[in-house]
Amino acid sequence: MSEARLPLVPQKTEALPRLGSKSGFISWVASTDHKQIGIMYLLSAAVFFVIGGLEAALMRAQLGTARSTFLSPDAYNQIFTMHGTTMVFLVVVPLMIGFGVYFVPLQIGARDLAFPRLNLLGFWVLVFGGVLLYFSFVAGGAPNAGWFSYAPLSEHAYSSGVGLDYWALGLLAAGIGTVIGGINFIVTVLTMRAPGMKLTQVPMFVWTSFINSFLIILALPALNAALVMLLADRLLNAHFFTPDSGGSAVLWQQYFWTFGHPEVYIMILPAWGMLAEVIPVFSRKPLFGYQFFAASSVAIAFLSFAVYAHHMFAVGLGPAFDAFFGASTELIAIPTGVKIFNWIATMWGGKIRYTTSMLFAISFIVLFTIGGVSGVSFAIFPTDWQTEDSYYVVAHMHYVLFGGTLFGVLAATYYWFPKMTGRMLSEKWGKWNFWMTMIGFNMTFMIQHFLGLAGMPRRVYTYNDNPGWTLMNLISSVGVIFLGIATLMFFWNVWISWRKGELAPDNPWDAWTLEWATSSPPPIHNFDQLPPIRSRRPLWDLAHPEDADYLHKNPENQRSAEPPRKPEGRTADHA
Amino acid sequence: MSEMTNNNRRNSVVYPTLEPTKPAMEKNQLGMICFISSEAIFFLLLILAFVYYRNDVAPVNSPDWPTAKNSLNAPLTAFFTVFLFSSSLTIWFAERAIHAGKKLTACIWLIVTVTFGSIFIIGQGIEYADLLGEKNVTISRNLFGSTFFTMTGFHGLHVFLGLVAISIIGFMILTGAIKGKNSAALNTISVYWHFVDAVWAVIFTLVYLPLLFS
Repeated sequence: MSEARLPLVPQKTEALPRLGSKSGFISWVASTDHKQIGIMYLLSAAVFFVIGGLEAALMRAQLGTARSTFLSPDAYNQIFTMHGTTMVFLVVVPLMIGFGVYFVPLQIGARDLAFPRLNLLGFWVLVFGGVLLYFSFVAGGAPNAGWFSYAPLSEHAYSSGVGLDYWALGLLAAGIGTVIGGINFIVTVLTMRAPGMKLTQVPMFVWTSFINSFLIILALPALNAALVMLLADRLLNAHFFTPDSGGSAVLWQQYFWTFGHPEVYIMILPAWGMLAEVIPVFSRKPLFGYQFFAASSVAIAFLSFAVYAHHMFAVGLGPAFDAFFGASTELIAIPTGVKIFNWIATMWGGKIRYTTSMLFAISFIVLFTIGGVSGVSFAIFPTDWQTEDSYYVVAHMHYVLFGGTLFGVLAATYYWFPKMTGRMLSEKWGKWNFWMTMIGFNMTFMIQHFLGLAGMPRRVYTYNDNPGWTLMNLISSVGVIFLGIATLMFFWNVWISWRKGELAPDNPWDAWTLEWATSSPPPIHNFDQLPPIRSRRPLWDLAHPEDADYLHKNPENQRSAEPPRKPEGRTADHA
Repeated sequence: MSEMTNNNRRNSVVYPTLEPTKPAMEKNQLGMICFISSEAIFFLLLILAFVYYRNDVAPVNSPDWPTAKNSLNAPLTAFFTVFLFSSSLTIWFAERAIHAGKKLTACIWLIVTVTFGSIFIIGQGIEYADLLGEKNVTISRNLFGSTFFTMTGFHGLHVFLGLVAISIIGFMILTGAIKGKNSAALNTISVYWHFVDAVWAVIFTLVYLPLLFS
């Protein structure tokens, strides 16, 4: 073949490398298989989670006692900035995208995402952003202005090191990678669904990932625009956010939170979807109020753009401004509350199986509700003025992001690990993992509500021994030890189960969505053949043709009691 | 767990197949629409910054404080803008030609599009040279410079990348790498190109149009 005959865009001629096969190291760099990229997302998130977790442990070590000198103030500033940035951009978002990349195509019966190569690009751009961010440590000091880098502190005059340049560039890259993922999800869900599968029949995790993608593609560019302006300020001496030359520091806040609040929902929406997969399966009932769940997610997506300034009540934007955003924040609690009732009503009257996955899911509901209640308390802006920048805020956001998102991710991990690896996670280690996480989490963060109400400010490297502060801080810091052990248990469980765990059948949980209709792990082409899709639970219909969902007008009401159990050892008699 | 295992081993049963669902839209074009929605927010914020700082007041004792009014040559930019807007029309002609199977015509229209786009970029270059050289208006001079150069600079970058992409597609049509009467690549880049034009329409309206009529 002559040079000129080569196609401009190289065509793939060999089969894509299969996960787990001996296709070599290169498949971990260049495979466009969504399953492998999904696992790459999850692994990179795990690496950054360990780094971010160690940073949190260092902070709690410093704060364990009053007037500690374990860390210097400067080191503390760098560490809390990196902890927040890492957890938001390099852990939670990649976890949400990673599970989506793996399971959205499987759940809609597709061969891959709509743009497999774009998918790979998005992953590496995101990782590149993470590497850029951490390179700052060796390039002359990490960023130290908090995860939202308020101007003018983040400007050259006050942070002359290179740390914030790396922060802005790293986030720009991570943001672009995330947008690429979002575009891919939207197109995949709209164009790649299996024959017969309507948009109203896709699993709820697909719905939440889909809605989440709209938030991603519309919110992340706001951050990117703000970062570009910050970089222009820092590197080219522009004046966007420098008050001393006419710029506005408040404009940075407006822009940042225009992105920042939708980002909060970007970090939780797919986790809600995960719960809407796990809870029905382990309660043996269809999800209660599918339409309400989807519609409330859409409502949240819209409202999330109209609540951002509740992060800015302390700025002093005026009573009309505060009243609007206080009211809209209270409004967004309604669709969020709808979901809590969806989950509870799904469990109600169900035959609940207390697997590790379900335990994490149930505790999610409890912990997320606590975080939600403290969240609504901020909507009342006089309360917000009192608690702003205190540990009450820290407690709140960890209840929604750790007690919420991370518990959801753990529930999803225990639920989907058999599908991803072909092995069951050990339930014994899982139960230990759950209880240690539960104890450690509540010990660390529950007490911080009271610390915050007692007036302890956040982002300050030490404190005076005011009455009770040392004791409360010590309890919080001891909790981190439990969380550390829980994390070790989790990784040990993943490792040992992956090496020699019980072999997983195709459908270990007797679940109903399409990802369980193929082998564990799925072959490179995902499905040999798809079951017919006539309702939201194709595998239920397949196993119970006489009582299929599509025969009922409203199956979720039909199945208010325990569904009939399948006879033992049933295999192929449902044809 | 025993009752849960082995209940769905794949077997020799062949399931009935259902009618394939017709996708809502061609996927490349849909992807591009998602991308430009994202870009729209990006530009919206850059433009908002310009609008927010439009009334930046000169400090005392600075007689040559640059503003849009005293720095920009609006009629000249209007002249170059005509070329950019026309290029949206010519890329549409190229699309029509390819749907009609006239590849050569399509290529000619694409060359015209690239030429028009390049003229616009050259116009922007002339404007920048004038501002940076003659009038000493830079990104670090004052808020007008910061907002103007960031906003128009990013737009110029998008025009440039669009020209590169259109050139590649034109080349692919010419060499036969793109066959058939329906090129998703051309349809997709055309969506992008219209978007770049639309952004300029907004910028032009906000920045230059008031100067033309004042």
